[in-house]
Amino acid sequence: MKIDASNKYYKQLNKEIKHVQTRDITVKNVLGQRYIGTGVKDKKLTLYGTPGNGMGAYLDHTDIEVFGNVQDAVGDTMNEGDIIVHGKAGDTLGYAMRGGRIYVQGDAGYRVGIHMKAYKNKQPEIVIGGCVGSFLGEYQAGGTILVLGIGAQDTMPIGNYCGTGMHGGDMYIRSAFKPDFLPPQVSIELCDSKDMAKIQPMIDRFCTYFDVKEDILRDKPYYHIFPNADNPYKSLYTTY
Amino acid sequence: MGIEYLYPEFEVHRNFDRCIKCRVCERQCSEGVHFYDAEDDIMRADESKCVDCQRCVTMCPTRALKIVKTENTFRPNHNWHQDTIEEIYRQATSGGALLSSMGNPKDYPSYWDRILLNASQVTNPSIDPLREPMETKVFLGKKPHDLEFDSHGEVISKLPPQIELELPVMFSAMSFGALSENAHKSLARAATACGTCYNTGEGGLNKSLYPYGPNTIVQVASGRFGVHEDYLKAGCAIEIKMGQGAKPGIGGHLPGRKIGPKVAETRMIPEGSDAISPAPHHDIYSIEDLRQLVYSLKEATNYEKPVIVKIAAVHNVAAIASGIARSGADIIAIDGFRGGTGAAPTRIRDNVGIPIELALAAVDQRLRDEKIRNDISIVVGGSIRSSADVVKAIALGADACYIGTAALIALGCHLCRQCQRGLCNWGIATQREDLCRRLNPDIGTEHLINLLTAWNNEIKEMMGGMGINSIEALRGNRLMLRGVGMTEKELEILGIKHAGE
Repeated sequence: MKIDASNKYYKQLNKEIKHVQTRDITVKNVLGQRYIGTGVKDKKLTLYGTPGNGMGAYLDHTDIEVFGNVQDAVGDTMNEGDIIVHGKAGDTLGYAMRGGRIYVQGDAGYRVGIHMKAYKNKQPEIVIGGCVGSFLGEYQAGGTILVLGIGAQDTMPIGNYCGTGMHGGDMYIRSAFKPDFLPPQVSIELCDSKDMAKIQPMIDRFCTYFDVKEDILRDKPYYHIFPNADNPYKSLYTTY
Repeated sequence: MGIEYLYPEFEVHRNFDRCIKCRVCERQCSEGVHFYDAEDDIMRADESKCVDCQRCVTMCPTRALKIVKTENTFRPNHNWHQDTIEEIYRQATSGGALLSSMGNPKDYPSYWDRILLNASQVTNPSIDPLREPMETKVFLGKKPHDLEFDSHGEVISKLPPQIELELPVMFSAMSFGALSENAHKSLARAATACGTCYNTGEGGLNKSLYPYGPNTIVQVASGRFGVHEDYLKAGCAIEIKMGQGAKPGIGGHLPGRKIGPKVAETRMIPEGSDAISPAPHHDIYSIEDLRQLVYSLKEATNYEKPVIVKIAAVHNVAAIASGIARSGADIIAIDGFRGGTGAAPTRIRDNVGIPIELALAAVDQRLRDEKIRNDISIVVGGSIRSSADVVKAIALGADACYIGTAALIALGCHLCRQCQRGLCNWGIATQREDLCRRLNPDIGTEHLINLLTAWNNEIKEMMGGMGINSIEALRGNRLMLRGVGMTEKELEILGIKHAGE
């Protein structure tokens, strides 16, 4: 099923998408329409153009592949499904996501993966091919964030204040430099073979989705950022 | 002993002529105050642990117990109260920020208590609710600016989604985790029986309570615990929690020890892990961002559910409310500075925010001035203590009220303000199995139904006295209110006259 999004307001477009019976839906000429994929179950959406904010909010068992850039609040509180972006992403990508996967070929903005969670067999993943802005993985409670930093030559692939308030999950950063200025709630180590084995399937998926040769991802070390067991996010209070 | 020694605040008075050493008090006290001294064959108490929850007093079969505030005092000082001095001792020895529970207990003015209601005399007959129909039903949601009818007189305008309430009182947001399962069950069942709503709070909704969905408001807070598509569709409305009266500008932290299997399942997080709600929603830094979240929720639920935005009553509340009305939200909930909590930093609870009476009057007036009052309903909470407070709130401009503390008191809460400890002897604010069993959900439901029924009858009586037979005719009817002992400025903000005028 093909839909032309030209000159369609988001409510109209989303209504059309919700009413399609077939699983595969291709939407052409997407230009800023919000909330695509929200409230849509068991579909596979292929979007051409630039979807607007809130794409895939509360996503549940729907896959979205975008040929273009995406904007802010993609995958907000998503529960299940794959989002693949052949382009860049804006801010608050994957806010509080609990399940599913988000793969972005290029860079992503600020506050990626804030308050990402995990629950039982739901182990969400965010993989960013390029660099990310500040506040990556703040309050992270579960799941895995991988930043590959493709394109970061002499720069740090992540911004400032990474992992403030982190109390679960893992972040992996491919970087020529060891990420510094980290908050006391997190620890950082160079990845060992066990860590690499854990993220290998994510690297494989990234290479497959975006047709990237894996050897270009082997030239720099990977760092593992995780909650600091000696200095956990603890209450600062005295009760009475 | 240095300054860390604080003389116990309460004394356990046991009448040994009455005490039969049945040890009920010992079994009932989760704080471990009472114990049996076998050597002397006598019941004893360690009052340093007593929180004055009144459980032992209530359960003692021979009325042998009472809890009395100690007479031991520091040298009286009107500037340095004993509490203030003791708080400094606590902080000097622990280094911790003070944490406490339930609403602000300080001696700030209550404007409800300075507002009086009108009644009809001679020229405008009062109405007896026993013989005349009285309407306390309200609809919450956007109201259309005009209506279109077909040739048969049937309305053809499509109404935005509404919450229909049999009385203008709902149970406010209290999460499963802060409250026990039986407390939640009681609220859900009573709301259903009375045709009103309870609110899940930010802890998700357990599947076992989905059948009460038509009377459930589901909440979305910064932590997004338990939020997924089915959850959003399970309730009759969705509430975005931006703030809470007890702790404006502060997030929440449910410690891992309170996250047992069922709470974990409901919040959809691992057992024993901390549940942290950041202070702001990190995707909302403006009214435009709020609008984005409001419409993402509407999109996820096919525009069938009203969206509530809940904020704490703070200094610029009127301007904020105007923004919220323009964000596309259907209902604004405002929580006053006396609102309750399961745990809040004491300094925040006791010093931040403004009285709900003033906030409500300011918001209602602002929305009227901007001609957008019909675009949004107003729900107020933050220490609504009686049906009289409800009537005054409606007359000041509210569409409905939220009650939290009053509902918990109906379930047995004695306001000992120790919710954060998780040892609630009344089975309300605890996850400990043996304590949870103390709250029978059948009895809890009955007490809540009784409370709402009584309040609804009282509301009708007060309305009848004013010669008003419909809650719609009371809303924003400030001529029904007079102030006593207020300044010009206070009267001006409340938009009411002084008694005698």
